[in-house]
Amino acid sequence: MSAVIKTVVAVNPALVSPATAVAAVAAIAVVADEVNKSSSQYAPKLSLVKPQRNRMSRTLMRTIELVLPPLLGMLLLIGVWAILAQTSGDRLPGPYKTWLSAVDLFSKPFYRNGPNDQGIGWNILASLQRVGIGFSLAAAIGIPAGFLIGRVAFLNAMFSPIISLLRPVSPLAWLPIGLLVFKAANPAAIWVIFISAIWPMIINTAVGVSRVPQDYMNVAKVLNLSEWKIMTKILLPATLPYILTGVRLSIGVAWLVIVAAEMLTGGVGIGFWVWDEWNNLNVEHIIIAIFVVGIVGLLLEQMLILIAKRFSHEYKA
Amino acid sequence: MTNEKFLSVENVGMEFDTKRGRFEALRKIDLTVDRGEFISLIGHSGCGKSTLLNMVAGLLYPTMGAIICDKREIKGAGPDRGVVFQNHSLLPWLTCFDNVYLAVERVFGATETKAQLNERVSNVLELVGLTPAAHKHPDEISGGMKQRVGIARALSMEPKVLLMDEPFGALDALTRARLQDELMVIVKATGSTVLMVTHDVDEAVLLSDRIVMMTNGPSATIGQIVTVELERPRDRLKLVANPKYIDCRRQVLEFLYQKQLRAAA
Repeated sequence: MSAVIKTVVAVNPALVSPATAVAAVAAIAVVADEVNKSSSQYAPKLSLVKPQRNRMSRTLMRTIELVLPPLLGMLLLIGVWAILAQTSGDRLPGPYKTWLSAVDLFSKPFYRNGPNDQGIGWNILASLQRVGIGFSLAAAIGIPAGFLIGRVAFLNAMFSPIISLLRPVSPLAWLPIGLLVFKAANPAAIWVIFISAIWPMIINTAVGVSRVPQDYMNVAKVLNLSEWKIMTKILLPATLPYILTGVRLSIGVAWLVIVAAEMLTGGVGIGFWVWDEWNNLNVEHIIIAIFVVGIVGLLLEQMLILIAKRFSHEYKA
Repeated sequence: MTNEKFLSVENVGMEFDTKRGRFEALRKIDLTVDRGEFISLIGHSGCGKSTLLNMVAGLLYPTMGAIICDKREIKGAGPDRGVVFQNHSLLPWLTCFDNVYLAVERVFGATETKAQLNERVSNVLELVGLTPAAHKHPDEISGGMKQRVGIARALSMEPKVLLMDEPFGALDALTRARLQDELMVIVKATGSTVLMVTHDVDEAVLLSDRIVMMTNGPSATIGQIVTVELERPRDRLKLVANPKYIDCRRQVLEFLYQKQLRAAA
């Protein structure tokens, strides 16, 4: 440590100015910090004689801390459900009965007995397909639109009242317009997904573009980059985390909306299936559908979080 | 130092519109810089030295007066003035090589082949001693290395003027000293005209031909200019006992801490 102080002084021996004094102190502080770090690194090694069991119990504790609370939560849910089922006098099926029904249902997910009686797998896939198409269309239009709105102040001023007006409209309010224009149930459902999924993507992309750090834009100005280069080398990478947030919100909304839309339009799909089972008074299946919708939504969300981590430079270590 | 008035700042003033009316940051700035000259701008924080640098860079437009660079009025940013930003401003999603390539491609892309462009990037990275880190991302290298990439990017455009906004301000003292030495070598090799904002007195005296000292804002202007008549190459170890060096330091310190000492600062 003293050797380092000597070097610092040797660089500028006669310059005992405030600036160098501060610099020297800073250098010493850095060194001291270094020493602290290394000593704390060695400390555990010295006491590493009998910690094997200790460490094992620590990992065990951590696992318990990680697993126990969610497990308790699930148990609570099932418990409340079981009590409710008990007190409802068998009108609401209990967890066990639902489980048996689910095992039966998922043992043959892909059967087809006519258009109104298809396996749960087909229904889920039909819903996912609608969401996929509607959502892709929304992304194809919403993200570029968000870019333009974020980049051009005039467009921002022009479109923000429209967006503010249309965004709070319940997605299902668009269904009659869809039925009117497309004269068919399936495109109308896709239309509803499209119109409900597009707003988060437009808004998040626009916000992302407008929040690109001024430093990066200064670089663009100093280098005199073309608009295309600004777009591909600065705006797109800088905005990507915002875009992915928009995409995530959108797919959440789309998946929320599809169930309701399909209840109204009929055909194949998880929403229609729920309604069909309600007409059959098969309440177990309705409960199963609720879980299925929840799990698929969760998986979609997790998938997008993974993609976001993969593409976002901020997460890159 | 031929070509008088290579860069000239003529009667420049800068006002900002704020919520509490107009704020005059700079007034009546007159400065001429010769080709190949190294100028430091020094002053207390908030004196508008970065504003002046940004105006020369073309990132800000003066509300009064004009800035002329190589016989042309500055009307916007451009690659003829390379800027080294205080916080390096590298694009984190590009490697060091690609960060520099972006600049090189813009300036020379129309006239040179891809191989020549790559060569330019390699050369300038070698100049700042970063060849081994060329394909790392900015978050994988140290602060000093990032600042070198920033310098490499600015130099790669072969700018008429190199503008540096507290280029070493965020670095520790030892790294700063090393980069200052390297900068002197690079500036000598490239013959660059340099305008540098700093608040480090030693840095200013060591590197500059002239030190422009600014009065405190608002309405800051040039208070005094010290000419550093020290032979180059300069050796920081030998300079410390040099009477000219000590005198320059004294003048700058007196200006900053006697004439311009602020009650608040």
